[in-house]
Amino acid sequence: MATILSGNEAVARGAWEAGCRVAAAYPGTPSTEILENILLYPDIYAEWSINEKVALEVAAGASFAGSRSLAAMKHVGLNVAADPFFTMAYSGVTGGLVIVSADDPGMWSSQNEQDNRHYARHAKVPILEPSDSQEAKDYARLAFDLSEYFDTPVLLRMTTRVCHSSCIVKLEDRLEKLVTGYVKDVKKRLFLPSHGRARHIVVEERQKKLTVYGETFPGNRIEWGQKKIGIITSGISYQYAREVFPKASFLKLAFTYPLPEKLIREFCRQVRKVVVIEEGDPILETEIKAMGVKVIGKERIPTCGELTPRVIKESFDIEKPQVNAEPVPARPPVLCPGCPHRGVLYVVDKMKLVVTGDIGCYTLAALPPLNAMDTCICMGASVTNAHGLDKALGRDFSKKMVAVIGDSTFFHSGITGLINAVYNKGDLNLIILDNYTTAMTGHQPHPGIGKLARGETGKRIPPEDIARGCGVEFVKVANPDNLKEVEKSIKEALDFDGTTVLIFRRPCALLLRRKTPYYVDLESCKGCQICMRIGCPAISLSSSPEKKKETAVIDADLCFGCGLCAQVCTCAAIRLRDVVR
Amino acid sequence: MSRSNREVTNIVICGIGGQGIILASNVLCRAAYNQGFDVKKSEVHGMAQRGGSVITHVRFGSKIYSPLIEEGTAHYMLAFEKLEGLRYLHYLKKNGKIIVNNRAIPPMSVLTGESRYPDDIALKLEKAGKVYLTDAGHKACELGNERVVNTVLLGALARFLKFESEAWQNALQENIKVRHLDLNLRAFDAGLNW
Repeated sequence: MATILSGNEAVARGAWEAGCRVAAAYPGTPSTEILENILLYPDIYAEWSINEKVALEVAAGASFAGSRSLAAMKHVGLNVAADPFFTMAYSGVTGGLVIVSADDPGMWSSQNEQDNRHYARHAKVPILEPSDSQEAKDYARLAFDLSEYFDTPVLLRMTTRVCHSSCIVKLEDRLEKLVTGYVKDVKKRLFLPSHGRARHIVVEERQKKLTVYGETFPGNRIEWGQKKIGIITSGISYQYAREVFPKASFLKLAFTYPLPEKLIREFCRQVRKVVVIEEGDPILETEIKAMGVKVIGKERIPTCGELTPRVIKESFDIEKPQVNAEPVPARPPVLCPGCPHRGVLYVVDKMKLVVTGDIGCYTLAALPPLNAMDTCICMGASVTNAHGLDKALGRDFSKKMVAVIGDSTFFHSGITGLINAVYNKGDLNLIILDNYTTAMTGHQPHPGIGKLARGETGKRIPPEDIARGCGVEFVKVANPDNLKEVEKSIKEALDFDGTTVLIFRRPCALLLRRKTPYYVDLESCKGCQICMRIGCPAISLSSSPEKKKETAVIDADLCFGCGLCAQVCTCAAIRLRDVVR
Repeated sequence: MSRSNREVTNIVICGIGGQGIILASNVLCRAAYNQGFDVKKSEVHGMAQRGGSVITHVRFGSKIYSPLIEEGTAHYMLAFEKLEGLRYLHYLKKNGKIIVNNRAIPPMSVLTGESRYPDDIALKLEKAGKVYLTDAGHKACELGNERVVNTVLLGALARFLKFESEAWQNALQENIKVRHLDLNLRAFDAGLNW
């Protein structure tokens, strides 16, 4: 049987076919749909963990029990999960353990474009790099076998274009793998230094066996063409290179760490010129050069940004089709009409506060016209960066600063920073924008909602209870839709001596029914444009010839009915329609 | 099959997050598969969902490697919004066909007055290829739901692709919930018989 699957759907399918029983992930583009699709298979226990470190440790625990298990995350998620990742490499597995890292070359939805193939080398863990959905499915399945056979976690490395491209995939049946049960084995799972020393030797021995395996692994294959140019490539780069060099010989690698040195030497010996085409860092190139083989690589192919067939053509001065390009105004993503974050971010901007920011929809408020954010480094850094600024510059500065974090991000990694600020006598003023979901990645639940991954009811853990439990003495929950209340609450928090937590709570607009739309009374509108400063996509300017002025107009189809614009309007021109939708 | 099996057909679908572009590309992809082609599709999720610019690439033929269409090689462009058609015009092959929804949605920079919405888009598109300006949004409203604008446009594209009608019907069935299917089939026909 065959069907069309995206790379992420294919990984989910491969895990299911392999008999995976436990899967955990934290949502993050481009990896999110892996767990979302695993949730469709009732044979697998699947959870949204609160962060990637937790997800990997949950999967590792399930592996201790002899269950095939998987943890999925975006590339920067593996930074969070790096601690268990490195030691699990020493520990090895009982049930197969597969870690999926979805990298984001081109940074479509990320803060950096780190190349996670480095992690395989750093932790000495084998890596598989699918180049399309069929391989994503096949290698996800195979990864569990390799994991158990070689007693190691396996890294399945995806990239945006593999995750979010679709192709025809041949399906197989599920392999029923029973959970073998827990057997105590402290030398393998309890990392005292003495145990670690013994396991390090095992890891080095394992490397040798994996190298031998890679030499004959069918996914590392030569496709002979003309022998003038031999191209060594892996992952999505293979698909692009095949397109650009239809006649060349290819060494397509899929098991790329440890590298099959003999196979590479054999290939290079038979072609006149060797070109390494890889997206991101020169990883294959560096290792092949270290074998003493002369190759062409990053002196031509860019390290920054994603590869495309055209980028490869440009790198080798190959003729390209003519194109018509027109400069057009950009259309970056924006906060939705009715977004509960808008009012709070408008107020912090109006109050001219320094805003340490975090990762979520609210990061979009960094763009004009809100311009309401100063920093965004990584998950949870709003809290800790603000604490650092406070300690470096003192109270006068921190009285003009807030840290802004979303509810899901707070659970992910805001809590430790909050405890740290309270403990170290910080003057942190933390705003939690609680929209009752993980909105940016497509509305996944989290502990603040009390719903589990498949929608079952769970225990609700409100952020305000956590804040009080962390020792915060000023904790307040307020309505983000009332600008006066927002400003008053922020002032109260700034006036308070010590760390404060303000929670602005209202569900994401995409989860609510729209209310009666507002309209602009053109007679009353003076054209001051203050309503434009809230950055609502439903409001635009329109010039009416008879009035010789630009007035605001509200698109009734887009208007959510939140009423924020009516609150900022100084001439009472924005009014509620009396017709009920 | 109108096209020889060896050739590859490249189709760019573009517009704004929330317009149903992903669904349209899924249906197209499935129809090509039903017609017996190898097919690949590429799209980007995440930030693009929040009213941002969206593009998907669909390629079909006897054997497809890259899921991405190279600039200057798209045979067809299906633009759900005029400015987005202009934005991705560089994907179009010389004299390619552009099916564009006659709808202008200003981006934030235009709303705030920082930049202007170009007023000669149709002209610029016509310089690049053969333009089919359609009032798909209006048609969708007539049919009773503006949301099926994607299926109307898909129908308009289907005129050129010469797939069996069964390939499309099944593709729509496979991608659309039963309660919305009838409306979508009518929307598809409306586009097809433009």
